[in-house]
Amino acid sequence: MKNDHRPINVNPSDLFAFAWPLAALASITHRVAGVVLFVGIAFGLYALDLSLGSAEGFNSLMMMMGSPFGMLVSWGLLSALAYHFVAGLKHLLLDLEIGDTLEGSKFAARTTFLVSVILIFLAGLWVIQG
Amino acid sequence: MVTQVTSFSRNGLSDFIVQRVTAYILAVYTVIVLAFVLTAGGLTYDIWRAFFDQTWMQVFTLLALISTCAHAWVGMWTIGTDYIREHYFGDNANAIRLVYQVGCVLTLACYMIWGVQILWGN
Repeated sequence: MKNDHRPINVNPSDLFAFAWPLAALASITHRVAGVVLFVGIAFGLYALDLSLGSAEGFNSLMMMMGSPFGMLVSWGLLSALAYHFVAGLKHLLLDLEIGDTLEGSKFAARTTFLVSVILIFLAGLWVIQG
Repeated sequence: MVTQVTSFSRNGLSDFIVQRVTAYILAVYTVIVLAFVLTAGGLTYDIWRAFFDQTWMQVFTLLALISTCAHAWVGMWTIGTDYIREHYFGDNANAIRLVYQVGCVLTLACYMIWGVQILWGN
C-alpha cells in the first residue's frame, strides 16, 4: 500500500515564504561556503604548485595575488574558509552537546556570524596589504 | 538500516565520524599554516620552500589533502542526496545525481593526484 501522507520537502520557490531562523541561515551558509571551497581547492593547489615549484613561480604567484582580480579571489576564498571554519567549530561543539538548546543555538548562530564577519574583514585587510 | 550504495562507506555513522575526524585535522592544519604565514614576516620562496621541505610538514600536508578529499566527498554527497531528488528534479533525478556524484569523485581524485605530485614531484 502506498503511503500518500509521507512528509515531503517544500518547493524551493516556497522557501522565501518562511522567516528563516538564524540557525538555518548559519547552516545553509556553511553548505554554500563548503561548495565554494570544493571549487577553491583547485585554486589552492594551483597556488601551492606554483609557489613550491621555483622562486620565479613563487614571485609570479605573488604578482597574481597582488592584482585586483587576484585579491578578489584570495579574499573570497579566505572568506569562505573563515566562515566554514567557524561554523564547523559550532558543529563540533554541537557534537559535545554545547549550544544544542533553542537559546543556545540562537546564541551560537549569532556568534558564528559575528566572528566570521570580523575574520572576513581582517582577511580583507590582509589581502589588500599583501 | 538503509544501505546507500553510492556512499563509499555505505554507512552513515562512519560518514559522520569521517567528517568529524577530518574536520579536526583540517582545522589544526589551517591554523598551523596560517600561523606560519602570519609570523614569517616577509615571506620568500626559500622560507616557504623550507617550511614544506620538513618531513612532518610533508606528512601533515598529505594527511590534510586526504582529509580534504574525504571531507569534501561526505559534504558533496550529502548535498547531492538532499537536493537532487525526484521531488525537485523529476524522474531523471537518479541519473542526474549519479552524474553529479561521479563528477565529484573524479574532481576529488584529480585533486588528490595533483596534490601528491606537488608534494613529491617538485
